[in-house]
Amino acid sequence: MSIWEYANPKKFIATTTPVIPWLFAAAGVAIVGALIWGFFFTPDDYRQGSTVKIIYLHVPSAMMAINTWVMMLVASLIWLVRRHHVSALAARAAAPVGIVMTLLALFTGAIWGQPMWGTWWAWDPRLTSFLILFLFYLGYVALWQAIDDPDTAADLTAVLCIVGSVFAVLSRYAVLFWNQGLHQGASLSLDAEENVADVFYYPLLLSLAGFVLLFLALVLLRTQTEIRVRRTRALLARSRRAAPEARA
Amino acid sequence: MIALLLRDMTLAVRAGGGFGLGLAFFLIVVVLVPFGVGPEAAVLTRIAPGILWVAALLAALLSLDRIFALDWEDGSLPLLATSPLPLEAVALMKALAHWVTTGLPLTLAAPVLGFLLTLAPEAYVWLLASLALGTPALSMIGTFGAALTVGLRRGGLLMSLLVLPLYVPTLIFGAEAVRRGAEGTGATTPLLFMAGITFGTIALLPFAAAAALRVNLR
Amino acid sequence: MPDLGKYATEVLAAYGVSIALLIGIVWISVARARKVRRQLQDVEHRDG
Repeated sequence: MSIWEYANPKKFIATTTPVIPWLFAAAGVAIVGALIWGFFFTPDDYRQGSTVKIIYLHVPSAMMAINTWVMMLVASLIWLVRRHHVSALAARAAAPVGIVMTLLALFTGAIWGQPMWGTWWAWDPRLTSFLILFLFYLGYVALWQAIDDPDTAADLTAVLCIVGSVFAVLSRYAVLFWNQGLHQGASLSLDAEENVADVFYYPLLLSLAGFVLLFLALVLLRTQTEIRVRRTRALLARSRRAAPEARA
Repeated sequence: MIALLLRDMTLAVRAGGGFGLGLAFFLIVVVLVPFGVGPEAAVLTRIAPGILWVAALLAALLSLDRIFALDWEDGSLPLLATSPLPLEAVALMKALAHWVTTGLPLTLAAPVLGFLLTLAPEAYVWLLASLALGTPALSMIGTFGAALTVGLRRGGLLMSLLVLPLYVPTLIFGAEAVRRGAEGTGATTPLLFMAGITFGTIALLPFAAAAALRVNLR
Repeated sequence: MPDLGKYATEVLAAYGVSIALLIGIVWISVARARKVRRQLQDVEHRDG
């Protein structure tokens, strides 16, 4: 019994169907719990005031935005090497989740930045990298939607994902270089991790766990959906081939 | 290989091949900028490196979808795929032809347009150097994008969406090199980074482009 | 309701938008899953 057994679509659906509701429930409990904990029962930061509460949304969504892309990269590689359809479809299913996470991170970041830095947007390396990541997601989804044949689409998007990953990393460092070149010594650091106290840390961990669970639940569900779409199309095509005179 | 290169170049230079269109586009974008931001020489000098690079990038983008589209339409692409030449070499030659007909003229025209934007005198060398080094990367990345979208109707717009994010590092290092050249603060570092990107893309992207072509020709 | 001080608008906006987005993606995913499952069932039944 190896992990590749789950690459069989039927087996995949059979195994994941009972798990998905539990994942959703656990994710809901964790996220709602973390947000209530963070919102009602943590003190304000002495410098940032109540805006520190945004951290419970901002940091997990930002992490998941990157992790989603990494998961898509792994799934694409598996598809290219082992040709398991489930893998390609999982990458496709994850992309919109990644878009939402990136949007969330950008949005909460902007709302946080407004009172703290006095601006919604700064061309800070991290912000810029996320914007670029967002563009990569858009291109990826657009390519999936533009191609009719599912296998061609899976192949091309997988290649794009791999090349895109390399360029995303390159952009990250290029942007770092570019901004330092622009304003020397600017210290718009989002690195909250270093000075997060325990009061903020535990609800943040819970929120992180909730986001991971939610991501898993969403990707499994959406992968199932993609598998079913594929099967529906295949069945329709077969019945059309089998009975051409019935239609004529 | 050489024959393919020459064929593509003559096709591009001949009427209707789009040669010159890119240059004209480059000129128009650069001319439009002062209308948008005002004629103040100080402002123009400041933004000239970025404008020149962005305009060159867009001009290069304009002719990308021609790289494979014509061969796809008249059916010579499958012929190229079955020829003894590996597809990787085909992709590389296509990129080279695109560069010779687009990137090289853009590079040579850029200093002239620099006058229009009152580019700082020290920056001209860096402008030439960075464009000469950077435009091959633009052509190569663009060839990859064109290979991805070759079979699609209305693939041009989608290709822009795919290719432009990939252009980010090249653009950053290119414009940064010119800007630092104008200020006289060590332009070699970004230039070296950009050279790294260019050679990296030339070494690796032909394989990705060929893989995409094979999928599209399946 | 805790006292959010002068940043109440920002914090509430961040929470509101985030929760709306999360519910949105979940809702879309679930709705599409239902629809597609029904379609597949229809097709499978029709073919016997």
